[in-house]
Amino acid sequence: MKTRENPGTDPKPHYLLALAARERWSRYEIAFWLALVAVYFLLPDSLMLAAQILITGLFAVSLDLILGYAGIVTLGHAVFFGLGAYTAGLLTTVGYTEPVFGLLAAGAVAGIFGYLTSFLVLRGRDLSRLMITLGIGLLLHEAANQATDLTGGVDGLQGMVAGKVLGLFNFDLYGKTAYLYVLVVCFLIFAVVRALMTAPYGLSLRSIRENQQRAVAIGIPIRARLTNIYTFAAVIAGISGALLTQTTQFVALDVFSFQRSADLLIILLVGGTATLYGGFVGAAVFLLAQNWLSTLNAQYWLFWLGILLIVTTRYMRGGVLGGLKSLLHRLSRRRQGAQA
Amino acid sequence: MLHFLGLLFDGLAYGTLLFLISVGLSVTLGLMGFINLAHGVFAMIGGYLLVLLMGRFGIGFIAALPIIFVLVALVSLVLERTLYRPLYKSTHLDQVLLTVGIIFVAVAGATYFWGPGQQPINIPGWMAGQLPVGGLDLSRYRLFLMALGAVITLGLVFGLERTRFGAKVRASVERPRTAESMGIPVERVFQITFALGSGLAGLGGALGVEVLGLDPNFPLKYLVYFLLIVVVGGPGSIIGTLSAALLLGVADTAGKYYIPETGAFLIYVMMIVLLLIFPHGLMGRRKDI
Repeated sequence: MKTRENPGTDPKPHYLLALAARERWSRYEIAFWLALVAVYFLLPDSLMLAAQILITGLFAVSLDLILGYAGIVTLGHAVFFGLGAYTAGLLTTVGYTEPVFGLLAAGAVAGIFGYLTSFLVLRGRDLSRLMITLGIGLLLHEAANQATDLTGGVDGLQGMVAGKVLGLFNFDLYGKTAYLYVLVVCFLIFAVVRALMTAPYGLSLRSIRENQQRAVAIGIPIRARLTNIYTFAAVIAGISGALLTQTTQFVALDVFSFQRSADLLIILLVGGTATLYGGFVGAAVFLLAQNWLSTLNAQYWLFWLGILLIVTTRYMRGGVLGGLKSLLHRLSRRRQGAQA
Repeated sequence: MLHFLGLLFDGLAYGTLLFLISVGLSVTLGLMGFINLAHGVFAMIGGYLLVLLMGRFGIGFIAALPIIFVLVALVSLVLERTLYRPLYKSTHLDQVLLTVGIIFVAVAGATYFWGPGQQPINIPGWMAGQLPVGGLDLSRYRLFLMALGAVITLGLVFGLERTRFGAKVRASVERPRTAESMGIPVERVFQITFALGSGLAGLGGALGVEVLGLDPNFPLKYLVYFLLIVVVGGPGSIIGTLSAALLLGVADTAGKYYIPETGAFLIYVMMIVLLLIFPHGLMGRRKDI
């Protein structure tokens, strides 16, 4: 913006400056992460819940990459979460108990599966994508259900062991280590995601979502980009699944369930798609509401969830963050109007 | 051989039910390109209406069926007006989210009123039991199902191929914009077919209580089946939908009988494989959905 006012002083063209401005961390973002650090000191009693919110948020961010940025509709994202969760759990039962190694392995397994299935998913249009992702999700849920020797079936995985993080920090009962561990992992992954999405790479994904023909015309390799981001999202989803396993010391079949994939869509929608932070905001709103409402009755929760979905698709485009943004926009406009 | 024929019979009866429920969805997708995941909800409403009408009001099984058809069609008209219509031009993601929301509300509502268990009904005595035909013991109820299915299919094909309204529907499916410019009220045509299709789904759901069972998770449990049938059959095609439904019914019944340990595995693998081989449906109609 500044360059347009005095173009002579800065040698860089304005579009490079605009890109640089996209990459800069704003004060709201810094405040967001500082607030998460503050949670550790201010709310020592709810660290387990806070860790859950962060994990779900990270999982939602991975969905945002393919849904919000690349525009791929999926109903089976829980597949990667579940694969990561079981990989991390199974590794500890055979002696590899170090959590960070578990995370890497979980990410690798989910990533490989994501890469292989990306060819099936990306073939068709929305409806067939939807059905293939749904089918793969149900298939793996059924497989985990049947392979009771490996997964423990409906009873959940037995015999998990919790190792020390990097051989140094033990997981404690109050979730202190767990929270810091999750926070560090989330921040590191988020920093990578943010860098990717603010870079021209992220812009190319957006242009694919907005208009495939034009994206081809300006020379974006659509198929390669989509395979690429789908695999990357799978890796992150796998890591968030592993985080859940490691912090709760438990894996059950529901990591693969349709409900989890659907819930995740809702979380992202409530938070706001393609906003980077929408996943975390949505996860916080969703899990806090669930915590509060499901104490009443599980069925009421499902009912209100349905109502929430219907209302958001009708009236709340862009979710909480989208709403806030347009509110800020409107406020600043009014201020400008007052000055003039 | 006789045994196989028995399986085939069961599979075809099952397929007929699936056809009755999914044909409406096929039209919704073919006509408006609207991804309606909540179609199973109409079938479930039909099922619970049957339980209600027979149990609470003491209406006979046969008499209840037309009432259910009309009631479910009316309910669907209300939903179409209030929830579906604003999203016709919207993205597929919005349609998916809206209809998943409707499923959740329906599942919660059904659990609230009827509880999570299976609902039993009593079919009339003359329909219960078996009918020996050439060495085979055929279930009377399934025979009734297939006969009714055949009548409805003939009615649908006749209605679509031989009536003025059917011509309008076909034109709207084929080229909505051209049809609109020729003076066909595509939205109105769609609204009526949507109501008819939902009514049929309700009828199918009511008839299916005896065969498919009825519990609050019905719309989610059979979602894959309905979608698979419609996509494989090709959206908007009645004969395609019928052949896909019968094929799926027979394959699912045979799979459950011969290799029961695979459970629901078979159907999911079939869905993925069929979608990969026929991305545009068995009848090969290309539609960008």
